[in-house]
Amino acid sequence: MAYEGYALLFDYKYCSNCHTCEVACKNHLNVDIAKTPGIVVKEVGPYQLEEGNPDAWEWKNFPIPTKLCDLCASRLDAGKKPSCVHHCLAKCIEYGPVEDMAKRALELGRAVSIIIP
Amino acid sequence: MAMSKEWRRENPDGSVSIRSTCWSPPGDHPVGCGMWLTVKDGKLIDVEGDEEHTITQGRLCLRALNLPEIVHSDKRIVYPMKRDPKDRGKDKWERISWDEAFDLVCGKVNEMKEKYGAESILVFGGTGREACIYYYPLGFSTLQTPNVCYGQSGWSCYGPRCSITDYILGAGYPEIDYAGYFEDRFDNPEFELPKYVVCWGKNPLPSNPDGLFGHAIIDMMKLGTKVIMIDPRVTWLGACEGNVNLLIKPGTDAAIGLGLANVIIEEDLYDHDFVENWCFGFDEFAERCKEYPPEKVEEMTWAPAEQIRKVARLMAQKPVSIAWGLAVDQNPNGTQVGHITIALQAITGNIDIPGGLTLGPPSSLLGKWRMETRKDLAPELWDKRLGSTEYPALSNAMATTHPDFTLDTLETDKPYKIHMIWFNSSNLLAPTCSAAPTRWHDAFLRTDFNVVQDLVMTPTAMAAADVFLPLPTVAEHDGIVITHYGRNTVFLGAMNEALRVGETKSDVEICIEFGKRLNNAGPDGTSTWNIFEGDTRDKFVNSFFTNQLQPELGFDFDKLKEIGLYQPGYDYRKYEKGMLRFDGEPGFNTVTGLIELYSTLFEAWGEDPLPYFEEPRWSQVSHPELAEKYPYMMTSGAREYNTFHSEHRMFPTNRFFRQYPDIEIHPDTAAKYGIEEGDWVEVENPFGKARQKAHLTIVVDPRVVHCRHGWWYPEQDGEEPNLFGVWKSNVNTMIPHFDIGQLGFGAGFKSTFCSIKKVDDLDGLVPKKSLDIIKERDELEAQEGVKIDWTRSDLHRDHRVI
Repeated sequence: MAYEGYALLFDYKYCSNCHTCEVACKNHLNVDIAKTPGIVVKEVGPYQLEEGNPDAWEWKNFPIPTKLCDLCASRLDAGKKPSCVHHCLAKCIEYGPVEDMAKRALELGRAVSIIIP
Repeated sequence: MAMSKEWRRENPDGSVSIRSTCWSPPGDHPVGCGMWLTVKDGKLIDVEGDEEHTITQGRLCLRALNLPEIVHSDKRIVYPMKRDPKDRGKDKWERISWDEAFDLVCGKVNEMKEKYGAESILVFGGTGREACIYYYPLGFSTLQTPNVCYGQSGWSCYGPRCSITDYILGAGYPEIDYAGYFEDRFDNPEFELPKYVVCWGKNPLPSNPDGLFGHAIIDMMKLGTKVIMIDPRVTWLGACEGNVNLLIKPGTDAAIGLGLANVIIEEDLYDHDFVENWCFGFDEFAERCKEYPPEKVEEMTWAPAEQIRKVARLMAQKPVSIAWGLAVDQNPNGTQVGHITIALQAITGNIDIPGGLTLGPPSSLLGKWRMETRKDLAPELWDKRLGSTEYPALSNAMATTHPDFTLDTLETDKPYKIHMIWFNSSNLLAPTCSAAPTRWHDAFLRTDFNVVQDLVMTPTAMAAADVFLPLPTVAEHDGIVITHYGRNTVFLGAMNEALRVGETKSDVEICIEFGKRLNNAGPDGTSTWNIFEGDTRDKFVNSFFTNQLQPELGFDFDKLKEIGLYQPGYDYRKYEKGMLRFDGEPGFNTVTGLIELYSTLFEAWGEDPLPYFEEPRWSQVSHPELAEKYPYMMTSGAREYNTFHSEHRMFPTNRFFRQYPDIEIHPDTAAKYGIEEGDWVEVENPFGKARQKAHLTIVVDPRVVHCRHGWWYPEQDGEEPNLFGVWKSNVNTMIPHFDIGQLGFGAGFKSTFCSIKKVDDLDGLVPKKSLDIIKERDELEAQEGVKIDWTRSDLHRDHRVI
């Protein structure tokens, strides 16, 4: 595929599980969101990390592209961003060559994932 | 301006793309997310976020992204329909033409006015949708009735906060500062990033309340802002790294507020200069706060005293803003919650400063025409507004009837009988709004003629309508998006028609087209609706908006379409510059000219002038004799991304993200009843019951359960008595009628006790008829065999019509 070596970066500490990427992706791929989704958000937590501490939690949402993800090649060809990147309410998805994404991940600190779909 | 001038693009494949900003229907608040709608061969084929929109920047929620499915759904009603009133509750609808609909409805309106007076017509408006700015003129001017009703018990949504703001602060709606007014946003040199945003009884990410684009808070978190959540539930936002949580017992917000103020004053963290110059009644206020030391507040609210101290110290900084939520309104003690919230922002000097609490000017932007349509009512008609004399604190600030009073009128025909109802975008049986919905259901069936305007067949329309007037979606009509309905206009957006399916008419088209036909002239001999030029909607709708925009902003509707988004800028510290008072003097638009920590108006209306805490009306503390039977506190109403209140349940992609309502139960509590994840649970209290599916989670305290609101099942039988299963999961059946605050605001939607038990499935619930709050006392005493200490019901006895 034309965008080999490209990756999606998720600054997932900000992923609010709004499901926007899932529906944006469904619109792009024109698939059944229940049966053949192109991206799925998985929730981890909430866990209370210290008993009695109301400010110590682990509760993260992980967007995970499936093998159907084509990085929105047709959109990239047209000069647009992938639909999940474009529409993400938390603006926590980026895309580009994996080397660039690795550098970007270091800038963003903890709780970042890079996925080559 | 930041946007390109062109708002209509023809694409090489023959499709056309139209720029627009999003509101409703189907619902959301006036958030105005920027989008491009692409149409080909009469079909909406694509929705794409508009990157030139300076606030949403290309982002869209799933409800907007799913518009193609919604616009072309076979669940929509796209032609006017009628049904014989004797067939109410049956699926015996007949398609009619608009000409027939106009003749039929206008005939009935004129008949009711002649026979019974215009006040015999009642208009309901729903929550959040665009109808919020049109249902008032629909009533006052098109139909010329003074009786326009928002049906939620105690007007428990937005109205109380606006009214309290009017009385205490003398300004438009207070909103957190997220630099929305500025084209250059956070880069604007006048803006300062808030250190903390306090989300109090509010989760702005899914709810986008009243025009605040919720994820702007995430934008600010990335720049360094932290969030304090005051809530009975742990939220994802509160759980984010570095954010702070004050987890409280449902309905105890006033005590928390007084406790926070206690710490700020006792530790001398307050802004002496601001208090001395701009606040009224500080000494009395401080004296009251002394009654609420953190240790005592911990007993009332379950929030640890040390956490109260920690949050108070954080909130005493500058700039800090409070996003106050629906929990302020949905509480009989809510007037005091609103009062203490404003007081906290005032004594810490966070009012109207960069990064603090922004204030709208005293008069609404583009609100003038909404007010002026009242001129079409004779003064004696205005005085007939239901409940206006009995609840001056409500009727002074709100133009509506008193909702609880209105149900009494519908049931008893006192002080006069309502013969006709017009529901504009309100499905209040479902219900998002009403308390005791089974009573409203029966009351609606007592009228001669009912009209419903909506997008799909709802339980309310199936039960009670005789004529159904279909609405176009947000993609299908021209309009404006005005945040906070003009009470604090962060921006104004153009909503542009991209296509139109079937034969529908928007809210403003209905006002104008019925207005022209009814040809109403007010006491001054002029009619509001005959002045707009043209016979087709592209002309008269354009003319209408130009008439509103030109005098206030100096440009017409075509210009707004070109601008796309109008951001007015912002003047900080308006109170220093004489910009909040009609007389141009410095200060606030209140009786004393200052922020009233001690309210002169509350005092005049017989209410305590200072904030106080009242225990939730139906809790284990207020009714210890029932504590064993109803051991949990139920809160409700948390919002989700896929739906807007009772809407969207019939669209497969929206429904995919929640098939059934879930009741959130702590795992330890669930274990006591053998309840496992996904089990059906019946939740019950003395007034009603509902069934929802168990979700075991530590986001709720073991003493609390959270239920979903607004649930019905469009896939089920729509006819009576099932009515799309509207009574099966309906948590508002558990909220008593007319159990509200002294000034007429606030019902305990989010804080009532309950029991839970495991049941086999969704079906088989035997509904409870919610009783009258006064009858309930006798009934409960008989049922429970206990003497109930009744404190509040007699408050309403004086004026009640029964």
